[in-house]
Amino acid sequence: MAESRVMLITGTRKGIGEHLARRYVEQGYRVVGCSRKPADYELDGYQHVCLDVTDESAVKRCFSQIRKSHGRLDVLINNAGIASMNHCLLTPASAVERLMQTNVVGTFLFCREAARIMPKAGAGRIVNFSSVAVPLRIEGEAAYAASKAAVESLTRVLARELADMGITVNAIGPTPIATDLIRNVPEEKIQRLLRRQAIRRMGEFRDVANVIDFFIRPESDFITGQVLYLGGV
Amino acid sequence: MVDRAQVTSAVFAAIEELNQDLPSGSVLEPAPDTVLFGRGSRLDSLGLVNLIVAVEGALADELGVDMTLADEKAMSQSSSPFRTVDTLVDYIVKRLEEEGDG
Repeated sequence: MAESRVMLITGTRKGIGEHLARRYVEQGYRVVGCSRKPADYELDGYQHVCLDVTDESAVKRCFSQIRKSHGRLDVLINNAGIASMNHCLLTPASAVERLMQTNVVGTFLFCREAARIMPKAGAGRIVNFSSVAVPLRIEGEAAYAASKAAVESLTRVLARELADMGITVNAIGPTPIATDLIRNVPEEKIQRLLRRQAIRRMGEFRDVANVIDFFIRPESDFITGQVLYLGGV
Repeated sequence: MVDRAQVTSAVFAAIEELNQDLPSGSVLEPAPDTVLFGRGSRLDSLGLVNLIVAVEGALADELGVDMTLADEKAMSQSSSPFRTVDTLVDYIVKRLEEEGDG
């Protein structure tokens, strides 16, 4: 069934994005991935596009390419994101702007362009990435949490705007997962964070994939505008 | 250079594309005086959004023109450029001239 389905994943050069690209190619999806730099892996059924998710023209060109080469888009996973952790008194405006551009504007652009193609396939699934930093109100992550709170609002409003087109829009809120995103966070701080979860362990790629599997399955066509946090947060 | 006839043809193509998803009683005629927005239009608000998306797609695919139609400029005009097919074509041609592509 999944043979001809097309999925676009942002931020696939490494980490969760790469894991998801490999997983869904294995399941028979034709996967288009993107990141600023080239990926150092190749897969049958996987195509990599180099772009900056905040570059509107480049994003439009990417979707135009998908429309021409595949004629459809079934799933969008807005995984690309950056983090910045610092006390608000030490955070320059440029860091806040960079976070908002990548996490909010990038997510918005991909949702908008995806929603222009998805109706051709009769339905669509969009999965955005929030973070437990939003409900946990983590100190030192004011700008990051604000950007992810914006992603949650986008998710809920777009869910309503796109419902009539058969497109669902949901978000996952992962706990800390061992990727580059958190490599600079001190171990003690990670442990403190884990203690605030109902289930006190680091998240794994499979936990993220499990939630995405749920959101994108055909039976989930009545699930939209939801944010699902991992770890019992 | 893109001329008015090509823009009209792209808008007609977008209408034909949109018509495929409309019930037979609501299809739009690809003609200059077809009303798109306001009194006398057969499109609801989502229909108009879909038409604008289809026109932008047709401009990109057929004429290689990358244009965002429903920007603040279009929305702030006292007389909507989306009123009829003709006013929409006028608006696109004007934008192309302003941007030096026409």
